[in-house]
Amino acid sequence: MKFDHFGIGIAKGMAVTLKNLFRRPVTVQYPEQRLNTSRRIRGNELVWSKEKCTGCATCAKACPQGVINIETSANPDNNKYEVKKYEVDTGYCIFCALCVEACPFNALYMGYDYERARYRRGELVQSRDMMTETPEKHVSGYFFPDRAASLPLQTLLVEKITEEE
Amino acid sequence: MNIVYHGIAVPDMKQLPPDWPGGFFWHWLVFTVIIFTFVFTLVMAFTWVERRGLGRMQSRLGPNRAGPFGILQPVADAIKVLLKEDIVPSRSDRIVHWLAPVVAFFPALLIFAVVPFQNGALLADLDIGILYVVAISSVSTVGIFMAGWGSSNKFSLLGAMRNVAAVVSYEMPLVLAVIGVVLIAGSLSMNQIVLAQDIPLILLQPLGFLIVFIAGCAEINRSPFDLMEADSEIVAGFHTEYSGMKFAMFYLVEYAEALALSAIIATLFLGGWRGPVLPPWLWLVIKVFAVFFLMVWTRTTLPRIRIDQLMALAWKFLFPLALINLAITGLQVVAWPDALPWTMIIVNFAIAAVLIVLWSRLFKVGWGRVEV
Amino acid sequence: MTLKTEPFVVNIGPQHPSTHGVFRLRTTLDGEVIVDVEPIFGYLHRGIEKLAEERTYGGIIPLTDRLDYLASMSNNMGYCMAVEKLAGIEVPERAEYLRVILAELQRIASHLIGVGAFFNDLGAMMTPIVYMIREREKIVDLFEMLCGQRLTYNFMRFGGLSQDIPEEFLPALRKFLDQMPRFIDEYDQLLMDNEIVLARSKDVGVLPAETAINISASGPVLRGSGVKWDIRKADPYSVYDRFEFDIPTGTAGDAYDRYRVKVEEMRQSLRIIEQAVAQLPGGPFRSKVPFLVRPPVGEAYAHIESARGDLGFYLVSDNSIAPYRFHVRAPSLINLTALREMLIGWKVADAIIIFGSIDIVMGEVDR
Repeated sequence: MKFDHFGIGIAKGMAVTLKNLFRRPVTVQYPEQRLNTSRRIRGNELVWSKEKCTGCATCAKACPQGVINIETSANPDNNKYEVKKYEVDTGYCIFCALCVEACPFNALYMGYDYERARYRRGELVQSRDMMTETPEKHVSGYFFPDRAASLPLQTLLVEKITEEE
Repeated sequence: MNIVYHGIAVPDMKQLPPDWPGGFFWHWLVFTVIIFTFVFTLVMAFTWVERRGLGRMQSRLGPNRAGPFGILQPVADAIKVLLKEDIVPSRSDRIVHWLAPVVAFFPALLIFAVVPFQNGALLADLDIGILYVVAISSVSTVGIFMAGWGSSNKFSLLGAMRNVAAVVSYEMPLVLAVIGVVLIAGSLSMNQIVLAQDIPLILLQPLGFLIVFIAGCAEINRSPFDLMEADSEIVAGFHTEYSGMKFAMFYLVEYAEALALSAIIATLFLGGWRGPVLPPWLWLVIKVFAVFFLMVWTRTTLPRIRIDQLMALAWKFLFPLALINLAITGLQVVAWPDALPWTMIIVNFAIAAVLIVLWSRLFKVGWGRVEV
Repeated sequence: MTLKTEPFVVNIGPQHPSTHGVFRLRTTLDGEVIVDVEPIFGYLHRGIEKLAEERTYGGIIPLTDRLDYLASMSNNMGYCMAVEKLAGIEVPERAEYLRVILAELQRIASHLIGVGAFFNDLGAMMTPIVYMIREREKIVDLFEMLCGQRLTYNFMRFGGLSQDIPEEFLPALRKFLDQMPRFIDEYDQLLMDNEIVLARSKDVGVLPAETAINISASGPVLRGSGVKWDIRKADPYSVYDRFEFDIPTGTAGDAYDRYRVKVEEMRQSLRIIEQAVAQLPGGPFRSKVPFLVRPPVGEAYAHIESARGDLGFYLVSDNSIAPYRFHVRAPSLINLTALREMLIGWKVADAIIIFGSIDIVMGEVDR
């Protein structure tokens, strides 16, 4: 150790920390304070549209984890597939949203909610009925810009903490 | 033998103090209780101040859940830590492991026996007060070394060895710098030193203050000298293997030592309990917090130094400076005892600046890499 | 007088506060001095290279996120470039520019963590890393705006990006670009001249340029040793040849130089982003690429300058939807090669900061 700067370097550092003492803290007190998440958030669930889905299973092919489970049966009346089972194990899902991008019929969305902690792994499996869009279950704007436009703007730290000249 | 100051004759130890009901025993009891309350309250306040201050300096809030502004956080911490399981390593030296926190804790508490809360209000106005502090404060090291040895953990041992090395080295400059104060005050008694400070001695002894602060920080292992519990290197140092109540004791030691050092610096250099308007004990507390804030501030800013740099700083930088400071102070006290304070302030600050710049030029740390 | 001492073995890691993951240094100490060291890794091995052989080309992109998890965007970019090379996919101009912006933002974010962690290893009581995470948060916010995720972005696709940028992205980026230089100056004020930082990191862990080249080190480790080698200049990919920027180099090759190089690189990255934003063209953000890419038989290697160095992806195709072989040239692993030589003779405290200055990510080392 050599005091080349006679301790001026240390003093400069001390000035920085003192300056920060009088700055506003940047942390968010989470359960009470919530920031708006990104409009394109890939929340911890998938939202599925029963009407649009044709049971083509492109999403299952696109899924790198193989967690989308589809069972279809042919309906001879209208010559279409009928989705008997549509299940996503969100415990194994990595929320890469490749399925959402792959879906040719726009029947699959990422969810907007992110607080989906459960006590048991089994409860993380989303079945068909749990996946439909409801007023409580919002759809994220990921891959759907028209959906994104209706969501609140993301809170940005860049805008919150600005340094005046 | 009666000492006379401020026109009041103070009787010696055996009769002191006469105005206490029941005599010496009551005095002893009352002050023990006061010291315990003082130490425990302030230690809790310190942990809170440190964590909040550190938090704010790091652009965050710090603990804010328990009570308003997180003021009950130390209580919550204490409850949590007391309820935790006490794990003792199977190959540890059980008695040493058990005793270590106790041995480490009591010296920190004992120091307060000689810290005056106001004129004459102290447990024991020892004539050798400051010597007593110096002697007692090093005993904590024994406890810490016991912890390092008894834990049967290599990280603990490394931390304990570092601590012993640091304390042995830094005792020198610390004592030498304190002697400068003693020379000016003309007494070893803490109470007398305070009484002698018509102006705070930090103005007359700027270099001494710096040395005592740095050496004190090194002795109690505050950052940047927190090598013995360097979390990025040796996990938690000597208390790696401690949990629950015993860990709480070590945590307490850490802050009680910080409190003791703050109190000593406040007493020696900042005029102790003296100050206008406010009651004396409050002045002491304010000064203690001022010194502690300085410690929190350095802890936020500075990285940790290495063990050989720690040694070099003690022996090559602080030790010579303390010696020179002592010589200059002695000269001043002998040659110009009646010099005007403000001339001495200017002269001493100039000397301090010159010495620091000069020694910064001379000071160099040798070995880094060792050929093996 | 020499004391007779006995060396003893200390395991630093895999669970240790400053091993940057689950790295293990089996050190033999003589007092405080390291006399021997054996780096042991593999605790985070997830078999990504083998996993990739079972996945479609598109499904590998999320895997690359998990290699160097502090610089997912760069990994995405490197992998996508390799597949584009293999399958001959054209990338639109706009996508190239956006990729450059994202990769450079990612470099800043990664360097912030790298430098912050280095100072944490130096024992700076969290302060530098908290300041740096604060600024990284702004970058992560921007990435979240783009792709909805904060760590594993999975944003780039073959032939471009998964989505176009939203209209609020560029104003936010502008604000970030205006703020960031002042914050970098503030870090320098806090750390650059600090006597303790200088004492601890100057001339510590010197990696001579010759050794650095011999072990094929790259990134800030190599540049810290004074070798002017940057894939962005040496083998320009994407649209990097259109931007003006310098390659900061160190002189001594010590821990301090590696830290300085990272800080200067942040400044250069800001410069590149400024230029890229100014030149950003319109047009499509992605070319038409089939759902399942089926590249012709052959092999391709694409490398980029990631935050940690020369990150390469090697792909062998057998004309199926999954690669026959997928290999990652991980700069973190290769930069670690000289660790033993760099550590021996230093003290435990130095070992931690030398290791910290190499700035590895275990996800990439063990894969």
